[in-house]
Amino acid sequence: MSTMNLETAKPKVELRSQNSSEIVVNNVSKVYGGGPFAKEVIKDCSFTIESNKLTVMIGPSGCGKSTLIQLIAGFETPTSGEITMNGKPITGPGKDRLVLFQESALFPWMTTYDNIMYGPRARGETGKEVTELADFLLTKVGLEAFRDKYPAQLSGGMQRRAELARAMINKPEIMILDEPFRGLDNMSKELMWEYYANLYEEDRNTNFFITTDIDEAIFLADRLIIMTNLPTQARHVIEIDIPRPRKIEDIFANQRANDIKKEVMTLLHEEAMKSFSGGSKAAADFLEAYSKRAE
Amino acid sequence: MNNASLQASEMTGMALTMYRISTWFKSPKPYLMLFGVGFLLTIWYLFVEVWQLPRFEDMPGLTEVVTEYFSPDPIYGLSVYTPEYYQHIGISLRRIAYAFFLATVLGVPLGLFLGWSKKFHEFIFPLFEVLRPIPILAWVPLAIIMFSGSETPVIFLTFLASFFATTLNTMLGVQSIDESYTRAARCLGANGWQTFRHVIVPGAMPYIFTGLQISIGVAWFSLVAGEMVSGQFGLGYVINTAYTMVTYPTIVIGMITLGVTGFITSTMVRMAGDFMMQWRVRELALGDN
Repeated sequence: MSTMNLETAKPKVELRSQNSSEIVVNNVSKVYGGGPFAKEVIKDCSFTIESNKLTVMIGPSGCGKSTLIQLIAGFETPTSGEITMNGKPITGPGKDRLVLFQESALFPWMTTYDNIMYGPRARGETGKEVTELADFLLTKVGLEAFRDKYPAQLSGGMQRRAELARAMINKPEIMILDEPFRGLDNMSKELMWEYYANLYEEDRNTNFFITTDIDEAIFLADRLIIMTNLPTQARHVIEIDIPRPRKIEDIFANQRANDIKKEVMTLLHEEAMKSFSGGSKAAADFLEAYSKRAE
Repeated sequence: MNNASLQASEMTGMALTMYRISTWFKSPKPYLMLFGVGFLLTIWYLFVEVWQLPRFEDMPGLTEVVTEYFSPDPIYGLSVYTPEYYQHIGISLRRIAYAFFLATVLGVPLGLFLGWSKKFHEFIFPLFEVLRPIPILAWVPLAIIMFSGSETPVIFLTFLASFFATTLNTMLGVQSIDESYTRAARCLGANGWQTFRHVIVPGAMPYIFTGLQISIGVAWFSLVAGEMVSGQFGLGYVINTAYTMVTYPTIVIGMITLGVTGFITSTMVRMAGDFMMQWRVRELALGDN
């Protein structure tokens, strides 16, 4: 269903954002609470989300990745350090950095179409250009038949696609996706990977993708940033040079992919061990999953 | 997803209601309900009139009440044929309408702001929580002192309980809204007021209507309390007067009428809710079958 819809591109609508943008996270720390309750979630964290690349960040669950997103999205401010976008510090949320959160945030009280049109309408853009773009995107994400349905009437995969469309209509300079395919069953997950990779390959905007799934990370990423356990830091960056378009088989059959996977697993395992000895429940889960995969 | 639920999810408003009514009649539910009512009436009849059990012997019997209720020339002056009967219903309904309307118009916005603004919440909520547990009957003397005539105190008392129910539920509704929706709206460029209108209000709607359901219920509750104490007409007045005049069948007529009108008004509120929340109806319709 997903790949089929990509062929049906109507009059070429420009989805590529005007400028290429990059985000620099420079020596950022985030501490929650104060006094004896202070908890340092991120410590001296530095990395760059390079422009026109798909950067994937992977780390043990509960390692503060979501906090980083809050900071980059501008919902919270770092305790120290600085996050800049194209050289300017980030001061608050903005439509140049759109976030797709873990849980579906489609408004249940709006139809698919109204959800997609929400951003433009909120900004008072309701011209022909925008409505055409909305129709184009509806077709592109394969939901033209579900235009007037409410989110509860869509499957999990459809909801995620509707959400992608709702973000893309705003032509964000940077798309931030926080474990967007979590909770989908394996079949729809793999379909969504291919689907999302296709979307990315079409316009090559700057994308920042957070995950805990190694296969997902390797399949999607241009650059892979591996995070440490709490307090979070960027530990290692791997350039994933597997040629695009990639196939799902690549992540099992491709020798380069397997080498990367081994490297990532070793690093993540070390981090998971640290948090395991720190008594983290999430890390224990990860370890269990990891040992199953390794067999 | 089976066929029936798919059908239900395609329908809107009236068609959906009709569909629901027709499936209801095909289900065993209405017949069980009739059986339940019949069972109660039989027990009543047997206890009071046939066996004349102790404690039941002075109660008005089923046949006595039914004869009185449907008599063109009732012994105690109140039946479905007397205009007074409808006058009492009308006056009670009018008081309910005023009180419910006021409670909704004041309670929903207050609840929305209580849930929306932390400062406002800290300022108002403690006061609200102190006033809320005060029983309606305790308000009666103040209501009579504060308002002149017999009409306004009753409406005020009826309003009070509804108001608290509506406000509290609306506030809970706002607090129940997942933060991801407000974040998404802000991310997509909505300002504070737009977020309020497009996310907070519709997001709280299911709770608001739960609140209105409770509100209409407690409105009848406190209406009768108010009418019994101060009031010249209305169903509560009917029951109270019948008690002092020792015309027992009229008490039961008043009670049955209260039950039926109360049931009808809360059904109306529920239907209004379904009408305004098509998205919710569909969500539930999908989960149902």
